[in-house]
This record gives sequence, structure tokens and C-alpha cells, in this order.
Amino acid sequence: MRLVLRGITKRFGSVVANESISLTVEPGEIHCLLGENGAGKSTLMNVLYGLYKADEGEIELDGEVQHFTGPGDAMAAGIGMVHQHFMLIPVFTVAENVMLGNESTGFAGTLDLDASRERVTEISERFGFHVDPDALVEDLPVGVQQRVEIIKALSRDAELLVFDEPTAVLTPQETDELMEIMRQLKEAGKAIVFITHKLREVRAVADRITVIRLGKVVGEADPKASNVELASMMVGRPVELVVHKDAPTLGADALVVKDLRVVDLAGHKQVDGLSFTIRAGEVLAVAGVQGNGQTELTEALLGLQDDVSGSIVLDGIELVGRSTRKILDSGVGFIPEDRQVDGLVPQFTIAENLMLNRSFKSPFVKSGNLRIGALREFAEVKLKEYDVRARDIDSLAGNLSGGNQQKVVVARELSRDLRLLVAAQPTRGVDVGSIEFIHKQIVATRDSGIPVLVVSTELDEVVALADRIMVLYRGQVVGIVPADTPRETLGLMMTGERPKDLKDVVA
Amino acid sequence: MSDTDKPQPDDKPDAATEAPRTPEVDATEDASAAADPDARSRSLLREIASGDALAGVLAVFLAVFVGSVMIAATNEGVRETATYITARPSDFFNALWEAISGAYSAMFRGAIFNYNLTEPAQQWRPLTETLKFAGPLIAGGLGVGIAFRAGMFNIGGRGQMLMAGGAAGWVGFELDLPTIIHLPLAILVGMVVGALWGGIAGLLKARTGAHEVIVTIMLNYVAYYLLFYALSRQFLLQAPGSANPKSLPMKETAILPKVLGDQFNLHLGFVLALVAVAFAWWLLSRSTLGYRIRAVGENPHAARASGINVGKTYTIVMLIAGSLLGLAGVNQVLGTVTSGVSLDLDASIGFDAITVALLGRSRPFGILAAGLLFGALKAGGFTMQTSENISVDLVLVVQSLIVLFLAAPPLVRAIFRLPAQEAK
Repeated sequence: MRLVLRGITKRFGSVVANESISLTVEPGEIHCLLGENGAGKSTLMNVLYGLYKADEGEIELDGEVQHFTGPGDAMAAGIGMVHQHFMLIPVFTVAENVMLGNESTGFAGTLDLDASRERVTEISERFGFHVDPDALVEDLPVGVQQRVEIIKALSRDAELLVFDEPTAVLTPQETDELMEIMRQLKEAGKAIVFITHKLREVRAVADRITVIRLGKVVGEADPKASNVELASMMVGRPVELVVHKDAPTLGADALVVKDLRVVDLAGHKQVDGLSFTIRAGEVLAVAGVQGNGQTELTEALLGLQDDVSGSIVLDGIELVGRSTRKILDSGVGFIPEDRQVDGLVPQFTIAENLMLNRSFKSPFVKSGNLRIGALREFAEVKLKEYDVRARDIDSLAGNLSGGNQQKVVVARELSRDLRLLVAAQPTRGVDVGSIEFIHKQIVATRDSGIPVLVVSTELDEVVALADRIMVLYRGQVVGIVPADTPRETLGLMMTGERPKDLKDVVA
Repeated sequence: MSDTDKPQPDDKPDAATEAPRTPEVDATEDASAAADPDARSRSLLREIASGDALAGVLAVFLAVFVGSVMIAATNEGVRETATYITARPSDFFNALWEAISGAYSAMFRGAIFNYNLTEPAQQWRPLTETLKFAGPLIAGGLGVGIAFRAGMFNIGGRGQMLMAGGAAGWVGFELDLPTIIHLPLAILVGMVVGALWGGIAGLLKARTGAHEVIVTIMLNYVAYYLLFYALSRQFLLQAPGSANPKSLPMKETAILPKVLGDQFNLHLGFVLALVAVAFAWWLLSRSTLGYRIRAVGENPHAARASGINVGKTYTIVMLIAGSLLGLAGVNQVLGTVTSGVSLDLDASIGFDAITVALLGRSRPFGILAAGLLFGALKAGGFTMQTSENISVDLVLVVQSLIVLFLAAPPLVRAIFRLPAQEAK
């Protein structure tokens, strides 16, 4: 199916999210939409999917102009969407999920589950998905759940598939498998729109690349273009993709973790006998597929987990058993992995968010009263210093883009006297420009002699920031290796395998 | 007002998809807005237009309109003239006008200013009645509203009032003390008991995760029957030689003094309610405790990750909320009905307070305004009944309709064709 978008314009009040965007996607083609977060990619796809009505412009499928009033129309016209967050019901089986919203029924409204099961098997075999129609979705790995989403779209005869940031939740191996699936779908003549901001993936599969910035098409790029070229197009200026950092000036052992164990509320051991040391002025990056104990590790460091044993000693002070407030007060900075949940109060202003973990003592508190003047002054300074793009310090944090929200969190944490910085997924969902900025801040923190623990599921980020890399698998250390360890080795370690000749590096 | 429908990211996640992330306001747009001196007033206008304040006013307006329809429908003159409306429509419209204007002018006379009287003091007496009724509604509304701000739904206003009223009443009729000690002591005891009764729900939520709605509802029953027990035992609250569940009247030394002289019933309770408004304003917008309360209410996860003890905050909030509803109970027992503690001392204020807090958007000054409105409805309702023979229940209907319209902002928006809060 040939998709033509012609002059699509979408405004939200005075803000133009899409400005006369034109785009053609041919059948049998993978068309990449590349752009920073907030560039308007998702808005454009929501227009295509019938969730938003365009103010101007038209959507044409195979030469016919379409007027979608909702996702139902779009689906009927042959558009399938694979969302970043899966729209699946965990307690239903694959077959039940696939038929959901499109149930074929028999006598007296009984569900024709067999038909759906057959359909799943058929599609699964055709594309080599290996999906069991009777498996419960909640039992499936993330990568397979995504395939269920694809099957769901294909079962409705989708000819145009939209993948919205599909690799955000996948392991490197699963990402490679997805790339393979996308190539197969392309061979089968489907038109594919692939939305992403990861340059590596774009170059791996794209036939054509359209770069969007600030709601406008900046231009088409050649898949063979270099990363630097693509990144500059996205951001509109030259970008440094490599983090420049000098060799670390290592101090004494600052954070010593011994035999740390964390049991979650359900009774599962999430962190299982972890021991490591970070020296002053060093970045230890934790690599691993999401859900291998990283979250619990960082939360245990901050006193946010209830069932913790072992010891965490920071500059001679034991942190296990201390309250979060005491830990923060003893100089631990925390960039949580989900800023929307743990990092910010979205309905608070930027200024209010900047004092979130300092609501008990000076400088913003005086005998139970807020020192609003001092806070505002501080916020004005930080807004400039950290280049937070917002109307003013009274803007609600929830109305900022991901990158700017993260800058608020980073500004808050780095403005205190730190003895340790814990940064979990510091640049997840953050645009390229802000990534560069945040990385520089983290390196600067290290260079000022503070130990830093970075947790990231992005291998690029781990490699860029780390002085040493610790790979976690199922709550255990697979190995602690130098930053220049080959990616293949790291990828292998992330699956729990430890190469025979591997040697741990001691700080 | 071209930009009233600014995008609100993540405002309404669509069922069919992830919340469509509307793009942020981009930097160039921001710069121009910051340079514009009118930007702030425009954003204020936007807040009024798309925020809940206007919706609140319109909800009241709609409720009054529906109330008018009911007045007209139940009015005999209107019904009679309606039978020959085609022959003489003017009769019908006259009757309609008389019924509705009669009702609302009676309400005005009962709630604000009685122009049928000649002596100025008597003319303004209704206004003082309104303020008298508003006192406990404001105090109670603050108690519910502060809990709302911490993300808690305090349905236990009735229980908190009953316990506070019972305790303050006991101090009021039992002890013999000079006014300067007796009255403050009675007020303090009432507020402390109310605080403790509310605090139970907060503590249970903090320690066990028990939902405060269920706990507070159940504590209402417990409080009611405890008070009933105490009022039927002579050694506790029951008046000696009486068989009724009622205590002795308050001693003079414990009664809230009249603030405008003896010819008006307005007592110190209203002033205390105003003090409570000032306190709540300070608490919520100037104090660090209030900052933490709001943080917990808006995002308990972030509050916890920032070292704020969420459970402790819940407990403190319910203590404060209970003390404010306790103040409402004190208001009743030591001010409005001083003839003794009885089981109906709460006069359904515990529940009306929820409406007041909702209508006031849980903001102290909003609650003040909503409390005054409800006080006026209460005061005016009696006059409406006596002079126009319209059932006082109508006031309840109007109050209930206000809640209904408040709970359905999209409906109100649709009726008045207001800009939607979400860009569509």
C-alpha cells in the first residue's frame, strides 16, 4: 500500500506540532522517521492513525484520500500500529489478545477462539515468529510480546505498519531479531514506517530516512550517511556523539558494597550477593538488560527498598538501614530511572521541583516556612545554567519535554554537595542535544572527585561514560570489565554468559 | 483567547493508544511569551477559562437553573395557568415569573438583606445568619480540602465532628472555670479529639495501607454509637434526670461570644473559621509541611524518593483535617446550638463539607467562598419555606446538583461551549 501524506499541519493552540509535513511511503519500503523527542513524530503518526484530526493536509492511501475519525477507520483501511508500550492484556492468551477488538463470534455470541488460534499460527509460521497462540502474554519475554503486537496488526490485514520507538524496551539481541522481522515484512510487500531516534538502527534497516525537527521536515537523508551527519540534521547543529573525557583521577575507595541482597515484595531475590567498589572520581557503569536487578540496586542504595541485607558503605558510613532522607542528606544524588514517577512532581512548577529533596533544611527552609525568594533566585540561576527550555520557573514540570524534565532533575541533584551520584537511565527518552549536555554534567561530576554509578540499558551510553563496566544478570555480577571491552563480549555477558578468558578489573 | 486550548501533555491518555505526547512548547514561542508583559494575565485568564474555577461557578449557575425549573413545576399557579397556556400565555408567564422570582427574592431576604423591614439592624440580620451557618462549613471544608491536597478522601467529617462536639460539650457543661480558661480549653479539647479521631484513619493508612475512605466511613458509625452510648449514660454525658440522649446546656463561660452584640446570633465561631482559612493558606502555600503535603498528594512516589516520609505525612494531614472538622463541631456545640450535646449536632455539615471542599477546589479561599455560598443557601432556605412555601429540600437538591455538575466538568463545558481542556 502506498501512503502519501500531503501538507499535514497540526496545531495545539498556538503551538504548531506539525507544519505542512509531506511524506511518501512505498510498499516494500522501510521509511524511517528520525527526530528528537518532541519533534512531532508521534503527533504525525497519531494523525495518521486517526487519533488526531489534522488542521490542514490530507492522507492518501493507494491514491484515495482518507478521512479517519478514529483508530478503527485507520485499522479498517489497513494501517497497523505497534506501540512502544504494548496494548496487550497480560492475563489473556496470545490468541485472545489477537482477536480482541475484532472478535469473531459463533452461536449465541460464543467466541470463535479456534479461528484466532489458527490465524496466529498461520502468521507466526509465515514469518517465523515462533509464537504459541495459547501462551499467556504475561509469561512471554518482551521481544515476543512485541511480535504478538505485530501479529495482531497483521491479522487485520495491515498493509502499512507503523513502529513507534519499538526498540526502547528490547535487548540488543531482540533488537536484531526485530530488524530481521522488519526486513521480512518488507519482503512481503508491506510498507513500514519506523519511528526512532537511535541512529544505529536507522542505518541498519532504513531504505529512506526523513528527518523531522521542530515539527517540520528538515530533509531526506541517505541511509549511508554518517551518524554525525544524521545527528546534526536532527538537532540542527553539529553534535558530539562521543563523550570527551580524560583519564580518571582516582581517589580512595568511596563506595564499598558487600554481599548486597534485595528481596522484593513478592519474595523474589532481585539482587543476589552483589559486591563492588567505586573509587572517588570514577564512573562505574552498570550494563544489563532491563529487569536484571538494576532498579532494585539503585533503590537499595537510596534506602527505597524494604528488604535489604549486606552492606553499603559510603565514605565510612553504613547506608543500609538508614532512611531515604538521611541517605540523601549524607550526600547521595539520585537521578531515578523514571523521572515521571520518582523524579518529579508533574503538577509542581520547576522551582518547586528544584527543592523536592531539600524541604527540611536550609537553604529553602527557615523555621518551617518556605523561603520562596531564595528558591526563585536559585531556580532562575539553574534554569539558565542547565539550559532548561521553559517559559519561566513557574512552568509546570509536567508540561516540559522529556529532555527538559531530565535537566530539572539533574540540576536539582547536582546542585547539592554530593559524595556519590547514582544516575539510573540518565538519558532515557531524552533528545540528542540534552543527552550531550547531561553526559557532560556526569563527566564533570566525576572529574570533581565524586564517585558515580551509572545504570543504563543503552550500551552506547555505558561505553561512553564508564571507567569500568559491571554487567548484571539476574541480580548477580557477571563480571566487572574495562570500558574498552568489545561490544560483542558485553552483549554476550548481558545474556548471563561469562567468557572463559575474562578477567575482572579491580579498581 | 486564541491560546486557551494549549496542549496539556498526557492530559487524557486515549484508551486505544499510549498517551499521545503532544510536543512541548518550543523555545522560540516561550521567549516571545516571556517578553510579553500580558503573558501572565493571559495565562491567568486561561486558567480561569479552562480551569475548574469557572466550571465551579457555572455548576452553581446550572444547579440554580434546574432548581428554578423545579420551583416552577411544583408551583400551583404555574400548573394551573399551564392548563390554558394556549388561550392566555401571559397568565402562564406571569405565574412563572412570580414563582421563580418569589422564591429567589425570599432566598435573598433570608440570606443577605431583608428589604421588607425598616430597621437597618434587622434588615442586615439575614447576612449575619449566613455567616453563622458558613462558619462550620468553612472549617469543615478546610478539613476535607487539606486531606484532598494530600490525595486523601476524608469522608469521616461526621465522626470527627461528633467526637469533637461531645468532648468540647463535656468540658463546656461539666467544668467550672473562668471564661478566659474555660472557652479556650473547651475549643482545644474539641479540636484535639477531632484530630485524634481523624488521625486514626491516617495512621491506619500509613501503617497498614487501609484505605481512608473505608476507614473514615466506618469510624463515622463508631463515633455515632459511642456518642449515643455516652449520651444515654448519666455518668458520661446525659443530663441528670433526663431520659433523652441529650446533655446539659453549656455553661455561660464556655459559650462562644456573640461578635455583633446580642441582637445577632453571629458568634466567634465564624471568626475562628476565618483564622482557619488563613492558617490553611499559610500551611499549603507557605510552609514546608504544606509543600510536603502537596508533593505527597500529587506524586507520592517522587515524594518518597526525595526522602519525604509519606506515611507520616498522611498521619499528620489527617490530624490536621480532624482538628479542623473538630473546630466545626465546636462551632456547633459551643456556638450555634448551646442547649446541649445531641446526636444531630453535626447537622450534616460533615458531608456538606465535602461539597464545599469540591466547589472550593480544595483551595483555602475557594473553600471560604463556597462555605459562604452554602451558608447563604442554608439561611435563605428557611425563609423560602416560610414565606413562599417551597420545601427546604429544594436547597438540598440544588446543593446536590452542584456536586453533580462539578463531578461532570465535560458536561458543563459542553453546555456552555467552553474550550476543552485537552487539545483535540
